[in-house]
Amino acid sequence: MSEQLNVPTMAEMMAEGKQPEILFWVGSAGSYDDRAKKITKAFVKILNKANVNFAVLGTEESNTGDVAKRAGNEFLFQMQAVMNIEVLNAYDVKRIVTCDPHSFNCLKNEYPGLGGNYDVIHHTQYIEELISSGRLTVDGNTFKGKRITFHDPCYLGRANSIYDAPRDVLKKTNATLVEMKRHKGTALCCGAGGAQMFKEPEKGDKDINVLRTEDALETQPEIIATGCPYCNTMMTDGVKFKEKEADIKVMDIAELIADA
Amino acid sequence: MEYLPNIIFAIILIAGIGYFANNVKKLIRNIKLGHKVDASDHKSERWKNVVNIALGQSKLVKRPVSGILHAIVYVGFVIINMEVLEIIIDGLFGTHRIGLSVLPESVYGFLIGAFEILAVLVLVSVTVFWIRRNVIKIKRFLSSEMKGWPKNDGNFILYFEVVLMCLFLVMNATDTTFQNLNSGNVISQFIAPWFSGFELETLHTIESVAWWLHIVGILIFLNYLYFSKHLHILLAFPNVYYGSVAPKGKFNNLEAVTAEVKLMMDPDADPYAAPPETAEDEVPAKFGASDVMDLTQVQLLNAYTCTECGRCTSSCPANLTGKKLSPRKIMMDTRDRLEEVGKNIDLNKGKFVDDGKQLLGDYITNEELWACTTCNACVEECPVSINPLSIIMEMRRYLVMEQSAAPMELNNMMTNIENNGAPWPYNQMDRLNWKDEN
Repeated sequence: MSEQLNVPTMAEMMAEGKQPEILFWVGSAGSYDDRAKKITKAFVKILNKANVNFAVLGTEESNTGDVAKRAGNEFLFQMQAVMNIEVLNAYDVKRIVTCDPHSFNCLKNEYPGLGGNYDVIHHTQYIEELISSGRLTVDGNTFKGKRITFHDPCYLGRANSIYDAPRDVLKKTNATLVEMKRHKGTALCCGAGGAQMFKEPEKGDKDINVLRTEDALETQPEIIATGCPYCNTMMTDGVKFKEKEADIKVMDIAELIADA
Repeated sequence: MEYLPNIIFAIILIAGIGYFANNVKKLIRNIKLGHKVDASDHKSERWKNVVNIALGQSKLVKRPVSGILHAIVYVGFVIINMEVLEIIIDGLFGTHRIGLSVLPESVYGFLIGAFEILAVLVLVSVTVFWIRRNVIKIKRFLSSEMKGWPKNDGNFILYFEVVLMCLFLVMNATDTTFQNLNSGNVISQFIAPWFSGFELETLHTIESVAWWLHIVGILIFLNYLYFSKHLHILLAFPNVYYGSVAPKGKFNNLEAVTAEVKLMMDPDADPYAAPPETAEDEVPAKFGASDVMDLTQVQLLNAYTCTECGRCTSSCPANLTGKKLSPRKIMMDTRDRLEEVGKNIDLNKGKFVDDGKQLLGDYITNEELWACTTCNACVEECPVSINPLSIIMEMRRYLVMEQSAAPMELNNMMTNIENNGAPWPYNQMDRLNWKDEN
């Protein structure tokens, strides 16, 4: 990305006596993972384009503790949560948007019990909001007519019943949306959830991401769209395993909209 | 002697219901071994779930073939059992088809006619069920946890249904008074000719044998429930009521941990302070679950409610890719262990004596627990709102917080989060570097 991104931090905002309309929670993957960083930047490009007055926590952000919780380490999760909540509350944060469904679920559902009450939304919901309020316009030329299939992230779909926002946003690209046999409530996991991302799988006869990629390949897509950095990694690996990376791209909805 | 049949009937009835009630008491006692759960919230939503999911079977019909067949057997079962009311009154008071003297003939005929049609539909459905289990061999009925008793249990109940429905039809077919009415014998009129060569006396005997076997069969069925996976016909309703009404992604925050974390984060806390008086006698809370007593009452109710249909397992990504984890087995293991604990309590005069066993390790292995992706597919699938994932999570918590027994890679990941606030070993101060990278 050649253009300069405008990414103010909460600390800078506060020094200027300003309060952003929304906090962008970048998350650990979005901050450090090479593939996920591209999604982060694509989303910032959208925020800049729509003139959204946002901020990030920057170096004051720490892991939500979500993955520790799913691994069974409730101590570590609550330590992380309490620390983050202290920072968020000090900045009087009201609204949070994130590209990571795991952070989204954790901040939205599990932080309130520990004193962190925010209006938390997923970036696909926020993009939909920006489009429907007229703040963001999508030309819809780049992906016109392309076959796109959307892989529902578990922590967005089943975990929080958000199925329509990502699909409604995808329709704005004028692409042809094709559904996998297993989608929405019956969508198959990519295999990364529940801390699996950070360990080798147990003994079996196949990797979950390969099975899910086979689901996607059945729809003969040109692009597999995701809404989660971990799903993105798993599906990208699956496409490589099937030696289809020359024909099929795995892209986050933010990247599709940023380029559309 | 004239009242002998009535007395025998009353004794059988009382014995049958009494034994069942005794087992229900045991079941409640066993469920109460778990931790209490506050489910006083969202009352209207809970009742809505009971109406839609339990009564309306909204999740079952998502798989149309088995869903519709199940609905037929369910409706048949509930409605035909109205006939049991008449049987009980007839049996106790020595009347014959009391319904005829209470209801207009046409209404009575309509009711019995409806029962007969349902009986045939039930027979057809049950046959298809048997074929699905034993001839077509649908995959979810063949998993490794479905060998032996669970497999037989599934078939026994089908045979039971067949016998009960046949007895009901034979009873009607050989009841000459009822056949002469020619109202409501929509099906049995075609069965009656099979018995046309018999003397009236013999017909009466066949009818009364069918009548007795029918009611005795129903009582046996009732008492079989406690020992089989079929408790769901009763427990589905409370189970759905107590099922979670929160978003599926919301996992509970352990309160015992919150208390300790607050203490750790509080700058004014005195680390040498004596614990408050009230806390003295309390056993320190165990983090997570290693046995059934560490689970909640709802999780234990879940285990008794599971009817081993395997929809959870057939949608589990780990199971679909050949891993050992099967959410159905998690529920079956939990119930088996709970039953074992219950029997231990029966044998030891109401007190559980340590048997050196527990749910973790003796029933459920670490390998199964670590294969879970927490994707909620099993929870979404369950037609009666069972949550196998919550049990898996409690046991992971025990493994990690009580035993430090997480897989090495996960320990590395957690150390990273502790040290630098990310699951990878990157510097916290580099968290915003992406902004300036190309």
